[in-house]
Amino acid sequence: MTTAVSNPGTSVAAAPPQPAKPTPPSGAAAAAPSGSPDLGRANSLAAKITSECPAAKIEWVKPRRLKVSVPPAALKEVALFVRDSLGFDHISTVSGVDWIAKNMLEVVYFVGSTSQGQEDFVLALSERMARDSPVVSTMIEVWKGAEYHERETHEMFGINFQGHPDQSHLFLPEDWNDLPPLRKDYVSPGR
Amino acid sequence: MVVAQQQKTGTFQVLVGKIDDVLQYAIGDPLRYLANWGRLYSLWPVHLETACCSVEVGAAAGSRFDIERFGTLEAFGSLRACDLIIVMGTVTRKLAPRLKLIYDQMAEPKWVIAMGACSITGGLYFDSYNVLRGIDDIIPVDVYVPGCPPRAEALIQGIVLLQEKIRRMPTLSGR
Amino acid sequence: MTVESEYSPDADRIMAVSLGPQHPGAGHFRIRLWLDGDYVVKALPDAGYVHRGEEKMAEYRNYTQNVPHLERPVILDSSNILFAYSMAVDELMNSKVPPRAQYLRVIMSEINRIISHMYFIAIQGLFLGHTTMITWCMGDRDFWIDLGERIAGARVTFAYIIPGGVRNDIPGFAVEKGLNTCDWFEKRMDEYEKIFFDNPMVHQRSDRVGVLSKEDAIAFGATGTVARASGLALDVRKDEPYSSYSDFEFKTPVLTQGDSWARAYVALLDMRESVKIIRQALKTLPQGPVRLKLGPQPRVPAGEVYSRTEAARGEMSYYIVSDGSPRPYRLKIGVPSGKNLKALPHLLKGVHVADIPVIYWSLNYWPVEADR
Repeated sequence: MTTAVSNPGTSVAAAPPQPAKPTPPSGAAAAAPSGSPDLGRANSLAAKITSECPAAKIEWVKPRRLKVSVPPAALKEVALFVRDSLGFDHISTVSGVDWIAKNMLEVVYFVGSTSQGQEDFVLALSERMARDSPVVSTMIEVWKGAEYHERETHEMFGINFQGHPDQSHLFLPEDWNDLPPLRKDYVSPGR
Repeated sequence: MVVAQQQKTGTFQVLVGKIDDVLQYAIGDPLRYLANWGRLYSLWPVHLETACCSVEVGAAAGSRFDIERFGTLEAFGSLRACDLIIVMGTVTRKLAPRLKLIYDQMAEPKWVIAMGACSITGGLYFDSYNVLRGIDDIIPVDVYVPGCPPRAEALIQGIVLLQEKIRRMPTLSGR
Repeated sequence: MTVESEYSPDADRIMAVSLGPQHPGAGHFRIRLWLDGDYVVKALPDAGYVHRGEEKMAEYRNYTQNVPHLERPVILDSSNILFAYSMAVDELMNSKVPPRAQYLRVIMSEINRIISHMYFIAIQGLFLGHTTMITWCMGDRDFWIDLGERIAGARVTFAYIIPGGVRNDIPGFAVEKGLNTCDWFEKRMDEYEKIFFDNPMVHQRSDRVGVLSKEDAIAFGATGTVARASGLALDVRKDEPYSSYSDFEFKTPVLTQGDSWARAYVALLDMRESVKIIRQALKTLPQGPVRLKLGPQPRVPAGEVYSRTEAARGEMSYYIVSDGSPRPYRLKIGVPSGKNLKALPHLLKGVHVADIPVIYWSLNYWPVEADR
């Protein structure tokens, strides 16, 4: 009736602790999680993405994380590439960031993987747009689960996801008529 | 002449008042006591969970604290048959109209327990854009149970205090 | 239930009904349903009744002040939500947490996993009309809360795991009590299995009800118990052994049925593994300090971090952007309930009305956590 099988774990996790390797300068300064593997895998993934889409820019590389920033026009293409060729098929979260000093808004898609040996890796794909006309296209066709997170991001940052079926209020009251609350120029009434 | 008439009505009113008092003590008070005693040990809370304090209500209703031995039943049944709202924590701006609607639908007499710091003053969420700073702006509160979250024992104490209040309720209608 | 006035193309056959927010089957939450007789045609979850703006509040508070309010959304599972937060801040500050603190973090996080799963199974029993399960689980859950209280000092909001370690050391008597609780609880779980999971009534009500296939689980991004009940072996503790999880021997239970019964049973199997981890950790607790000195207003270098842990409901993730000031520039909590809710409209399509509470609760959905 029940099939309790053990997860064999990733090859990285199973390997004995590696001696500290020389790390590239950018981004690696931050501490890695305990038992951290090297950056080789992240770097090879980064190379694959940049060779597929030259417009992609590597923001930071960590042992199990990689953040790539892509122009909004090219994001769907890159997203399809990482889903189909690199195995990042499991959407984790979508977050927005308001860079008010640069007059930019950012959307970050955090994507995990369910393929063997890659479950520990989280890829972040980000796109930036101007703050006054925040329109990007939705990623629902790539990751179905992005719908809920994009709706939340729309509500909290006022970013318009073109092609999204339902961008009505998710968390805020129906009669909310203020700025999107997570924008930096919105000040909480208690403050 | 006028003074004498006034004295006459005055004595009549005093007499009526005395009879009223006697009747009150003889019939009204036992009746009120009886009705309130009946209400006291069969409080039906509405099943309205507003935030994280509902976990402690769950624990209080569970087998360790067993809130039923104090005469508060489990939160089930129709809204119209309920006479108690335990506001379990934070009330957000989206929930506030629903809370008012639920309160208005309940039959008199009805009581409200504000459980947790959030429902009393907004608590930890005093500077949140979506949280009410206390529920007494929208519905009248009988007993405040402080804590974040209050322990199950504190909730039980709140219910016992509410029962004390019901026992001393001056009128039959609860108003 | 109240009939909504809005809607419907097939107005005479289809009835629009709102389940919640005041309904025994859906606390702090509403499901808008369109029914054809007893069958659900369409279901739309309506969240947000407990949205308290944690992410905005976090921007007004420094990294230490953020600890108490961040654990409130998941009061059942308060250590795991702080575990991911503390890991993120530790990573940003480049601080090395002492080994004893790592072990204590694991112990507390596993205690919380049991507390959360007990609540989950109790309410699952309630929704199936199985009164024994809610009485037993609610009572037995309190033994674990007591253990947590002895370690941390508060009843459910432990606030035990903080950036830089844990708040205080474990008292000596709690180690002994913890081992005793583990022994007792293992026997108790056999009884749960007999009375609840092997119960023909429970099987009839929840077998093949709300089946989520493995492909759908991947597409919707399901995590935790929901994913593992659908044959998707996702467990951050194994995939990415954070803290000291690589020191302990445990398995990731995976079932393949993907129905409501399997989603509840995975929680029980999870608890068995948790007990194993707690016992191992209590027996091999290393000596040493339990926290780093951070000061009241720790300065955090600029940078970005994405940390994740396996909470009771699934993958709990934090995305923190720091601009070098004492407060986070942006703090995003990726909660497992939100990740699993996406499957609900899909699962409710075509089911009986009576199956809604079972399917809804089997997703291990905690609205307070999802709304944040």
